[in-house]
Amino acid sequence: MAPNEKAGTVFEYAPAPESRAVVDIKSSYGLFINGEFTDPAGGRSFKTVNPATEEVLAEVSEASTEDVDLAVKAARRAYTRVWSRMSGRERSKYLYRIARIIQERARELAVLESIDNGKPIKESRDVDIPLVAAYFFYYAGWADKLEYAGFGPTPQPLGVAGQVIPWNFPMMMLAWKIAPALAAGNTVVLKPAETTPLTALLFAEICQQADLPAGVVNIVTGAGETGRAVVAHEDVDKVAFTGSTEVGRAIAKAVAGTDKKVTLELGGKAANIVFDDAPVDQAVEGIVNGIFFNQGHVCCAGSRLLVQESVAEEVLERLKRRMGTLRVGDPLDKNTDIGAINSAEQLARIRELSDIGEAEGAGRWSPPCDLPAHGFWFPPTVFTGVSQAHRIAREEIFGPVLSVLTFRTPAEAVEKANNTPFGLSAGVWTDKGSRILWMADQLRAGVVWANTFNRFDPTSPFGGYKESGYGREGGRHGLEAYIR
Amino acid sequence: MTPPTDSARIDVRKTYKLYIGGAFPRSESGRSYTVDDAKGRFLANASYASRKDARDAVVAARKAFGGWSGKTAYNRGQVLYRVAEVLEGRRAQFVDEVQRGEGVSKRQAEAAVDLSVDRLVWYAGWADKITQVVGGANPVAGPYFNLSVPEPSGVIAALAPQDSSLLGLVSVVAPIVVTGNTAVVTSSYLRPLPAVTLSEVLATSDVPGGVVNILTGRLADTAPTLASHMDVNGIDLTGTAGDPEHATALEQAAAENLKRVLRAPASEPDWTLEPGIERMTRFLETKTVWHPVGI
Repeated sequence: MAPNEKAGTVFEYAPAPESRAVVDIKSSYGLFINGEFTDPAGGRSFKTVNPATEEVLAEVSEASTEDVDLAVKAARRAYTRVWSRMSGRERSKYLYRIARIIQERARELAVLESIDNGKPIKESRDVDIPLVAAYFFYYAGWADKLEYAGFGPTPQPLGVAGQVIPWNFPMMMLAWKIAPALAAGNTVVLKPAETTPLTALLFAEICQQADLPAGVVNIVTGAGETGRAVVAHEDVDKVAFTGSTEVGRAIAKAVAGTDKKVTLELGGKAANIVFDDAPVDQAVEGIVNGIFFNQGHVCCAGSRLLVQESVAEEVLERLKRRMGTLRVGDPLDKNTDIGAINSAEQLARIRELSDIGEAEGAGRWSPPCDLPAHGFWFPPTVFTGVSQAHRIAREEIFGPVLSVLTFRTPAEAVEKANNTPFGLSAGVWTDKGSRILWMADQLRAGVVWANTFNRFDPTSPFGGYKESGYGREGGRHGLEAYIR
Repeated sequence: MTPPTDSARIDVRKTYKLYIGGAFPRSESGRSYTVDDAKGRFLANASYASRKDARDAVVAARKAFGGWSGKTAYNRGQVLYRVAEVLEGRRAQFVDEVQRGEGVSKRQAEAAVDLSVDRLVWYAGWADKITQVVGGANPVAGPYFNLSVPEPSGVIAALAPQDSSLLGLVSVVAPIVVTGNTAVVTSSYLRPLPAVTLSEVLATSDVPGGVVNILTGRLADTAPTLASHMDVNGIDLTGTAGDPEHATALEQAAAENLKRVLRAPASEPDWTLEPGIERMTRFLETKTVWHPVGI
């Protein structure tokens, strides 16, 4: 009886690593401009590492302002001469082709994603990459149906889209950006994150395999400077960014006074609200999924648990027991639940805020777990006795760290949930239908997950209220960002 | 102005004040400014709103947001329709103010007032239709109910146009509030009188106090406060049309809390054209709700 009593020690799993052989990582990569890999004008490069081992994976080119200019020129040429003139039906077939190649090379993409990002293979294999294919498949179908999308009888593309994406879902963010842009007839210059450029560069190869016309997709690798050059380029008609609120704010300032259309998907501090009538086991699974999915590197992570006082003790006890069974370690191991923190910098940030949480008086707890000697790791952590004023209840930690607060009445839950400058997502757990709908009404967030959490789908619009940014990605709504 | 003769009655003139939280205060600064007609003749002294007035208006708008956004769409539609009714009843007064302020013919002023009424009726009808037009069910690949609905962004600052003192004003305010937002509006600087009279219409049309707040005075005083205010969720920059420098500065200030921004056109738009829905959708958020399906 009670197999969970000594959680985490009951089942000993033999290592089950996914093979790396499917992936061929080159020692160095150029920029993908006008359909070809080219050397950067400045000749500068940076290293991308495997966050689970700190092994250097490849040298990646750093695009200078000059390189970005070449990429925008290529995108403009492709837009004027080819892509904007092509019928929607033909565009759609290119996107379907890309979707199919992604499905064909899914294992390769998943393994490479886990190696470069640190996320568990079961997530990159079962969530990220299938969704990437699904987004391309979904938007492919829109390319020849835009006049039915509700944006007027003659929807027009904007031109060249400058897109800057984060490191937490490298391929998925690429798909969210590129698929709707291309479907609507735009061409793109995309900058992947500095720490996770490899799958975007593999995507460039996929564009080549699909015979996508040169210049329709351009990939410029680099860090903040490169991103700024993309956003600021005067021949860019549209800026799409996913990342921190701080950078989003800077982008909103930079495009002020221009004609550039902007969409921003920024930070979050989502409340995951558990009522006393919620099915506790399901709620605990939802809490775990909400904060520990992708190491908590999720802008819509349920990082604030609001639990009704009468069941707080029980929920916490079961949550801790469940946390004890989470397996932290090798991202390529198929049994791994929590992989590596993406970078040393991010690890430092998580450590700093967690230390502040402790210093401010919250109770810190992690299950006993052995972390690998090399690489960047942080154990799943829960803070109890957190007040709304604590920094761990206000700031985005972007790691596997959960802050627990309690409430007594639904009104108090709403008050606390909405007490944040962010408004990306929220979760509600209760068995009472009318209460779910009332809560969903009251919560000021762009996505509300009721009795579930962290679900994504290409047909479902995603995006925030307030300082979590503006515009939506996904669904019919996601086309609006790329149409005039 | 001719001095009164023995037989002429001395008319009782109106004091033109601000409209904040359903009340008509003077500017807390005690300042006013002279409003002339198009030919330079004195019309009235209008309140010169200060930064503090702008902040008070934001507080009033925030306080009104929960109640207004929580009303049924049907009810908001009826209230807006009521505004049209009451405006129609004051037709002669608005024609007079528009004609004198804008220096247009009586016929043109009548056309502007009539179209203002019609526009309110048009937007009133949108209250319970916009949700179905821009929201809907999403066929996700899994056993989930998934629905997207538009919701108001919150408190919106609206810089009403400088030229079209009534039609432009109504065309800016109606799309903001019909969907459940509350508004802080800055009127035309040189032609503020129709805006003040519209306040009186709003105050007697079952529009809850604070849903629309109207400030008269210079944009240079109030607009930067509104653009940088951390409890304002969006800003319509229409009133800065033709002044790109000011518009850019305000958009930069608005970035601080990522306000939704409706940029100003290069010059004031033709308000007689069918508006489309962009003025509504710019200040709407899409909320998507998921729930598992199962037995």
